[in-house]
Amino acid sequence: MNFTHVPGTNNKHKVTLYALSTCGWCRKTKELLDSQNVEYDYIYVDQCQGEERTRATAAVRELNPRGSFPTLKIDDEVVAGFDEERILELLA
Amino acid sequence: MSQTAKYPPEVNTLYERLKREAEAGGYTLNPDKEFTLSLVQGLIDNEKRFGYMACPCRLAYGEKDKDIDIICPCYYRDQDLEEFGACYCCLYVNEDWTSGRKPHKSIPDRRPPEFVLSGFSEPAASIETTGTSKSIGPLPYPVWRCKVCGYLAARNEPPGVCPVCKAKKDRFERFI
Ligand code: SF4
Repeated sequence: MNFTHVPGTNNKHKVTLYALSTCGWCRKTKELLDSQNVEYDYIYVDQCQGEERTRATAAVRELNPRGSFPTLKIDDEVVAGFDEERILELLA
Repeated sequence: MSQTAKYPPEVNTLYERLKREAEAGGYTLNPDKEFTLSLVQGLIDNEKRFGYMACPCRLAYGEKDKDIDIICPCYYRDQDLEEFGACYCCLYVNEDWTSGRKPHKSIPDRRPPEFVLSGFSEPAASIETTGTSKSIGPLPYPVWRCKVCGYLAARNEPPGVCPVCKAKKDRFERFI
């Protein structure tokens, strides 16, 4: 899958974000990661096509059976939806 | 820079229209204008991609029939407003939300998760235009129900646009 890498000084955790380019909560999640200088990879699933889209949606549903966005993976933890407190806790 | 200056004029125009229509129908747009403008931009992006304004916070299938439930305003909006004070995207909110009685958090999607992969599964086109006036039992007219807001209209055909929530004709179902 074609993830976009965002470099950051906070690279203690492996952070992967599945997002939609049009979604307000996905945007807030990205902004939160950026404000914390977190290193992460993200993919806009709505911009994927064909095979890649199938793989991306399968990956999301494996992490978050509801298949909703944003789906954020921090190490082995999954945060579905924008949950600022939980995200900050996991990044600490 | 002002909030509005960051977005192209079309975004501001649609924002103003949605705000006007929402207020006329008894709804409220999210007062966090920056957040709301970003969602309106999402609606415009989706309109350009698909030809209809699919919900910005849901993965659209890309075919109108399969996304009919998540064309904005979606079939889930009013129930979410009731329960959480906001629609799933938080474009529409109510008093419970603006007053802080309901938390400003993202909410679970009430759309069934299997729709994400396969789209809306309800049998297509519950609307058949009747053409001539048909009598149903004792009723002289069929009754049409807006699947977005529940507005009922007893007439030969569903309204072109719902007068309450502005959903288009194809989102009405035959109720009686
Ligand atoms: S009403 Fe809200 S949740 Fe429903 S489609 Fe529109 S923006 Fe999305």
